[in-house]
Amino acid sequence: MLTLTVNGVERVVEEVDPATPLLWVLRDRLGLVGTKYGCGIGHCGACTVLVNDQPVRACSLTVAAASEFSITTVEGLASPDGRLHALQEAWIAEDVAQCGYCQAGQLMSAAALLKRKPAPTDDDIDAAMDGNICRCGTYQRIRKAIHRAAGGVS
Amino acid sequence: MPIDDRELREFVAEATGAPSAVHIVKLGRRHFLKLTGISATGLVLGVGMHAPKARATGTATFVPNAWLYIDGDSIVIRATNPEVGQGVKTSLPMIVAEELDARWADVRVEQSAIDEATFGRQVAGGSRSVPTQWDALRRAGAAARAMLVAAAAERWGVATNKLSTRDSHVVHPNGEQLSYFDLARDAARQPLPDVDALVLKLPRDYRLLGTWVPGVDNHAIVTGRALFGIDHRLPDTLFATYVKCPATGGKVARANLDQVKKLAGVVDAFVLDGNGKATELMPGVAIVARDTWAVLAARRALEVVWDESTAAKDSVTAAAARAQKLLDADGEEVISRAGDVELALGAASRTVDARYEYAFVAHAQLEPQSCSAHFHDGRIELWAPTQTPARGIQNVASTLGIAEHAVTVHQLRGGGGFGRRLVNEWMCEAAAIAARVKGPIKLQWTREDDMQHDFYRAGGFHALKAGLDPTGRLTAWRQRFVTFTTDGMNAVSGGQLGKTVFPGELPAAHHMSQTKLAWHTPCGAWRAPGSNAFAFVVQSFIHELAVAAGRDHVEFLLEQLGAPRWLEPGNAWALNTERAARVIKFAADRAGWGRKMPAGRGLGLAFYFSHAGHVAEVADVSVDANRKIVVHRVTVAADVGQIVNDSGARNQCEGAVVDGLSAMLAQQITFEAGRAQQSNFDQYPLLRMRHAPAVDVHFLQSDYAPTGLGEPALPPLAPAVCNAIFAACGERIRALPILRAGFTV
Repeated sequence: MLTLTVNGVERVVEEVDPATPLLWVLRDRLGLVGTKYGCGIGHCGACTVLVNDQPVRACSLTVAAASEFSITTVEGLASPDGRLHALQEAWIAEDVAQCGYCQAGQLMSAAALLKRKPAPTDDDIDAAMDGNICRCGTYQRIRKAIHRAAGGVS
Repeated sequence: MPIDDRELREFVAEATGAPSAVHIVKLGRRHFLKLTGISATGLVLGVGMHAPKARATGTATFVPNAWLYIDGDSIVIRATNPEVGQGVKTSLPMIVAEELDARWADVRVEQSAIDEATFGRQVAGGSRSVPTQWDALRRAGAAARAMLVAAAAERWGVATNKLSTRDSHVVHPNGEQLSYFDLARDAARQPLPDVDALVLKLPRDYRLLGTWVPGVDNHAIVTGRALFGIDHRLPDTLFATYVKCPATGGKVARANLDQVKKLAGVVDAFVLDGNGKATELMPGVAIVARDTWAVLAARRALEVVWDESTAAKDSVTAAAARAQKLLDADGEEVISRAGDVELALGAASRTVDARYEYAFVAHAQLEPQSCSAHFHDGRIELWAPTQTPARGIQNVASTLGIAEHAVTVHQLRGGGGFGRRLVNEWMCEAAAIAARVKGPIKLQWTREDDMQHDFYRAGGFHALKAGLDPTGRLTAWRQRFVTFTTDGMNAVSGGQLGKTVFPGELPAAHHMSQTKLAWHTPCGAWRAPGSNAFAFVVQSFIHELAVAAGRDHVEFLLEQLGAPRWLEPGNAWALNTERAARVIKFAADRAGWGRKMPAGRGLGLAFYFSHAGHVAEVADVSVDANRKIVVHRVTVAADVGQIVNDSGARNQCEGAVVDGLSAMLAQQITFEAGRAQQSNFDQYPLLRMRHAPAVDVHFLQSDYAPTGLGEPALPPLAPAVCNAIFAACGERIRALPILRAGFTV
């Protein structure tokens, strides 16, 4: 048995192999399917979550290691009352998504960036988003949405 | 083992503007008339057959046809075609809403059932969703609008032709308004209008079409709600993986199943022999366990000895060596021939010859194949992000040996498609495992499964030779092509040369031929099949010719197009040289063609016609001494007729530029001993944000009916960038990916 802190809530996971990647515990055991499987080797970023506010690939972090930290997934990005995060609002306004599969991971990397740097430059954005692939090619819209959200925040 | 890939070749026929396209449009119309015929004889029957949700809840007050209903305070429009990122879940309902004059904020979109008898072609492929549905969707909206207007006319006691509609309201000449929701109950009692008599809007009257409308699933996407195939979970489901021979066609000789079955969480492990069809079920080992990780952990302990006596033994190095020899002579199959090309080449004041080639590539859609299936009471239900749901039903029925009516497919959003989900073997695998387990399962492919068991875009080899006269005009064109066949008869999907690869009329003396090499690994349709490779070859070579002739590339390209005309008279899906010339001139103008560029920086142009779309692109590229390139900006000019959703349409062009660049830079799948040698993104890199160029998109809207945009903006990208690299540093690239020549980003 392990206890995970996910989106501010303590979740007990029974009978789990401690070597299980956090990704599969989130998806299969906790029903949090916003975090996506893309490559399983930490190369695509579709599974990005925040671990103590740092972007981490959930496919490459064991659930045992994750249990020591506070985890935020895309489901925890909005306020508990349902009010969207500025990034989520910006993603909708810029109509970023095509297939949408990578976007949860993109949002989490962007959320970590804005926490660290509320008004990022293009270079800051490129560096922070380098671990996230968008196969559909929505990069320019992602960048615009991050700037839009940053403008809204400041 | 021959692979039957007839299904995939259809999408290529569509890509090149085959006359069947017109037929498809008419077919959709017939379906509509048929449906209306049924409804006219009994509205209740029509409602019952085509509005199952409304029937179940009994709350819908107005169900004019299968495409929409008014329910409480929503106008519900059904999205009929699979959504894999091309935007049709938003754009198709917009077409209905436009003719209905619904306020978009009042519209709720719901994914329709799979029912091609009612909805026509429910396929995401060939950039055909919008053009094939265009007529039926407009009439569905207009028919409902006419009934709402009739209801208002009755209530007000005025003639229908005095009334207008706007924003979900019928408007009286005196300014008074009635909302569609008020009118819904009365509208349901109105006779169904004659669909032929419906007056459709003129493009100048559009209020919604052509505007910027964000995707209807955006909120669910950004909040992480379950949407995709991989997100679907049945109660009490088990999880499964399916392990096939790395070389296509290998059979299971033996496997340590007893050992695997003892592992934690594993419920069962078994061999499936399959039916020998690569598009359905090939031999393999299934492992079923309590969760995904248990499945994947057990898979690592699985040891299979494969019998590869009948498996693919493909080698790309052997194929390339053979192809280069074959290119020394004309191919065995003549594609197009006129005049005496050898004579014309001999008489030319200048000739240019060059060999081009491109690698096999994988689709790498970001969501690896995943499918839920539930077998119960002799029936099977599947939840699948497929691009061809109706064919999926046939494939599953064939695999299980059951009737098609015993198969139900629920359409889910796909995390990218690019042509990979035109094939449904992953659905068949899920179905076969569910049938064996006799309960709900979810099949999950790994990224490695996905990259090593694809229906690849086949590589190809071209030898071109052309002649120029003293004034620099093209007088002779000889093209030899070496392609592949997996059925021993037809070229693979996207691997059939045609004279339409040339932008205009071929010179009076020309010869085009091809030879097919036997191949055993499955090949398939990759975004803009055929065009994605032929554009690179032909548009690069035309630039070579312009340079050799000492002429401006724009001028030389326009000369090939010739006088303004449809290239195939009577076929509105063929190249129109006037539309082509407009996009070329526009892109060149916007990109600042002809301006002086700094050292090491150049502009490159390319045009390509595919999927009925005319697209020109100009790339602005720098190259440094280490062969590192920067693509600063790509200017796109496209004429695809009326734009449906401005945001979605721009997004497709922006994405096609990134996709095209991603593929040409470093992507290649190489095969040796029948095995794909790349398995994940560490060996098959996708473009990242820091290398994504700025993209300027310009639509030259015309009054032609809209054609699709999922594909046609991709083919011009690679030649535009290669031509720009030549302009920047003088080096001609004749092989993709450009990594082969040492170019990187």
